[in-house]
Amino acid sequence: MITKRIIPCLDVKNGRVVKGVNFEGVRDVSSPVDLGKYYSDHGADELVFYDITASYEERALFTDILRRVAETIFIPLTVGGGINTVEDFDRVLKCGADKVSVNSGAIRNPSLVGEAARKYGDQCVVLSADVKRVDGSFRIFAKGGREDTGMEAISWIKKCVNMGAGEVVVNSIDTDGVKQGFDIEMLRAVREAVKVPVIASGGAGSMADFVRLFKEIPDIDAGLAASVFHFGEIQIPDLKRELRRNDIVVRL
Amino acid sequence: MIAVIDYGVGNLFSLCSSLRYIGADTVVTADPAQIRAADKIILPGVGAFGDAADKLRAGGLDTVVKEEAAAGKEILGICLGMQLLFEKSYEYGEHAGLGLLKGRVVDMNGRIPENLMIPHIGWNGMIFKRKHKLLRYLREGDCVYFVHSFYAEDCEESLIATAEYGRELTAIVAKDNVMGCQFHPEKSGEVGLNILRAFCEEDAI
Repeated sequence: MITKRIIPCLDVKNGRVVKGVNFEGVRDVSSPVDLGKYYSDHGADELVFYDITASYEERALFTDILRRVAETIFIPLTVGGGINTVEDFDRVLKCGADKVSVNSGAIRNPSLVGEAARKYGDQCVVLSADVKRVDGSFRIFAKGGREDTGMEAISWIKKCVNMGAGEVVVNSIDTDGVKQGFDIEMLRAVREAVKVPVIASGGAGSMADFVRLFKEIPDIDAGLAASVFHFGEIQIPDLKRELRRNDIVVRL
Repeated sequence: MIAVIDYGVGNLFSLCSSLRYIGADTVVTADPAQIRAADKIILPGVGAFGDAADKLRAGGLDTVVKEEAAAGKEILGICLGMQLLFEKSYEYGEHAGLGLLKGRVVDMNGRIPENLMIPHIGWNGMIFKRKHKLLRYLREGDCVYFVHSFYAEDCEESLIATAEYGRELTAIVAKDNVMGCQFHPEKSGEVGLNILRAFCEEDAI
């Protein structure tokens, strides 16, 4: 049986991982290469690297770092941030990324999803959606969750999947950072709407939140988080054992 | 020396990194002379079967692989590269493969329960069917990373391991010196590296 995936997400700026991370045995806690290796050796099923830089020079540095990460980590690697064109896909895939995540770039130019899927295959294109409740409906937000696009979220996600997105990351702005659990209602709505893997993001605060996620939505594929892993509040091997104790199939 | 055949199908970055990581002496090449001179051959590949088979033939590399296989050289096909080892595939039509292994490649669609997503993507545990040197460092149940929509069937003769996804899907095949993995060993963590290590080792099959 296919296993549920646990995915740490690392934000990279100026070639360094943002947010202090402190693990025993990690030499340089803000080195993407050292941290990526740590997660890969400690049960992560996949890694997401998010490029939060803006300038051209910083982007070149990110690509260089990405290549070094990909040379040492032999689990699937997803890259996001600043992906606006098919050339951006090409740039990160050549550095060893397996999947590329699009967010604002797809909102600005929806045909990007289809073009990339035709060139690299559906499995390579991940739609990342920042979703927030507005007046009782789910809305898509752009620019890192700062701007309401006015688009209804479920129809946007369906549209992108129809164009070729092979996987969807749903980040609930409503639960993000609150650490009170994933947005079950929102995730269930997306899960029921599309037939590609759905990855839950936003709100994980404890191991029990992951158990609840996979119990309440048995068809959800993965849980993604950043700070609870980075600050050592949850160790992935402990989380995997806890999930298995709850009869959730994971890779140990 | 391991020759990784470069016939313009898919990204070889991770495969080459993982071979370098385990210390295997590797050359990425489309040159028949280099492939013939190598100790072992890896046939990679992602994408569509028909297109890949055409590209392999266009460079005359199909003949090189078949002759080297007949001469007893160890060959490992990965993902689409494994599918190409079989007699034929029914991916968008009917296409001839290299015919080094008995069996055919068919669509999961209609052969697995409808509630399961296609492609089969993710980490899945292996069920062992036969002993083989590729399994030397593995335990039954070890997970490997799959990304595929088609799978090999009618290949009992070479079946080494499967993975459960609505039915048992072919995961590892091997007959004499010809071997293949449906999943990506270069993306399967330590388990995958151990499969590559076992393949690269010098001993007899």
